[in-house]
Amino acid sequence: MQYALLIYGNEKAAASMTPEAGQRMWAAFGAYTTALKESGAYVTGAPLQATSTSTSIHGGGSGATVLDGPFAETKEQLGGFYLIEAPDLDAAIKWARRCPGTESGTVEVRPVAAMPA
Amino acid sequence: MTQSDPDRRTGSPAWRAAECAARESYGKLLALLAVRTNDVAAAEDALADAFASALAHWPVAGVPNSPDAWLLTAARRRLVDDARHRQSADRVHDAVAAELGPAIVEGADVSDMPDHRLALMFACTHPAIDAESRAPLMLQAVLGFDARRIAAAFIQSPAAMAQRLVRAKRKIRDARISMEIPELSELPDRLDAVLDAIYVAYTDGWGNPQDATMERQGLTAEAIRLARLVADLAPREPEPLGLLALLLYVDARRTAHRPATGGYIPLTEQDPAAWDDSLIDEAERLLDRAALARTIGRFQLEAAIQSVHAARRRSGVTDWAALVMLYDALWRRTGSDVVATNRAVARAAVDGPATGLADLDAIRAAGRVESYQPFWAARAEMLARLGDRTAAAEAYQRAIGLAADPEVRRFLLDRSQMPRPS
Repeated sequence: MQYALLIYGNEKAAASMTPEAGQRMWAAFGAYTTALKESGAYVTGAPLQATSTSTSIHGGGSGATVLDGPFAETKEQLGGFYLIEAPDLDAAIKWARRCPGTESGTVEVRPVAAMPA
Repeated sequence: MTQSDPDRRTGSPAWRAAECAARESYGKLLALLAVRTNDVAAAEDALADAFASALAHWPVAGVPNSPDAWLLTAARRRLVDDARHRQSADRVHDAVAAELGPAIVEGADVSDMPDHRLALMFACTHPAIDAESRAPLMLQAVLGFDARRIAAAFIQSPAAMAQRLVRAKRKIRDARISMEIPELSELPDRLDAVLDAIYVAYTDGWGNPQDATMERQGLTAEAIRLARLVADLAPREPEPLGLLALLLYVDARRTAHRPATGGYIPLTEQDPAAWDDSLIDEAERLLDRAALARTIGRFQLEAAIQSVHAARRRSGVTDWAALVMLYDALWRRTGSDVVATNRAVARAAVDGPATGLADLDAIRAAGRVESYQPFWAARAEMLARLGDRTAAAEAYQRAIGLAADPEVRRFLLDRSQMPRPS
């Protein structure tokens, strides 16, 4: 079964990190990605740029609106994700617990839904 | 009486006194009720009802002289009512009333009644109950934790945990899992399951004080409470004493291991002055008492390992050769990769990192340590001592990626960047 690990954090705080803290964070994420890969749990994943670079499209056809930024001002923003393979929810939670994103933010575990055939 | 009555408000002193009195009796009352009916869930419901009405009455009327008897009477009435309600046949009602029977006399003092908590613990850890449900089920039945709190303590999803607990209780009732102390021939194995569940509860609570929700911190104290209870209820058995000693040794190092100021300090680098001497002394006495039975077991061995480490507070050195021997004995009993990893660390201290590394390679060949963080940390440390920087960096990388504890992650990150003499 596949699970998405959605990493939320305060991007303002992340932007004001000292270079040293930033380097440690990247090192921790690098090691975490390696551990996922070596254990065969890694499917894919990526860090995302800040929400200031984000564009949202709402509505379809000629009524579509294109908006700058995310919809709502929230304290924590989606900063990256992993897609992992895990036998069950408890195993996925175990991986989420190891994610460095839990140190200062939230990691949400969402099972991937099957597409109707 | 209104809702705003200060005595009735949740958290008021009167309410807390009522809550405390009720909580103290929980396990004993549940055991009394469940042992008679074999139905843990129904006993819980009845007790929950009794508690709710106690929390409504006691803050105003005062805590009764015998809170236990009050609660028991209320719960018993509810159970009998339920039985009547479910199937109006008087026959059933009579049967339940008879089961709850003369052993539970209205108004009697629970302290005079037999303590069935150990029997309840045996039922919760019965081999027919799935292994992962045992510790949670025991915490719920004996200590009255709710499913949400247990899920938080074991870091599982609350819905899955609730379902797991319901399933286990249904099995106790439907399969009629025995609510008696097992016979002597079966006792050691069954006792192991009880002790194992307590051990799991303790280590789960200790793992990570960083995300120190009250739930997880409280779990270690509750596990020690349960260990004391089993040691009291089965005084002639050595292994409960061994387990209690083990937990006290480990607890004695809590602040030395994870100082309040933050950080993570591995055992070998801790200052023994920061250990809690009185806990260690108590653990030593318990281990001596256990030894009188002349039957060694897993928990006594684990406590003995802790005792060797604790001896550093007086001698200033660690007897690694003794540790290798103890880990050998423990490994023969358990065949556990965790034990084998620790043994390799002790061997590295006695015979050098190359020997320890060869041991680790042998463990890895079995293929069960790929996501076991301490294995990779041990391997990294040995490789670094051997001067193999590249391989050490790779092993540190794995260990860091597998660390669930931010302080351990930070510690390993620092270690991995530390320059080493080669």
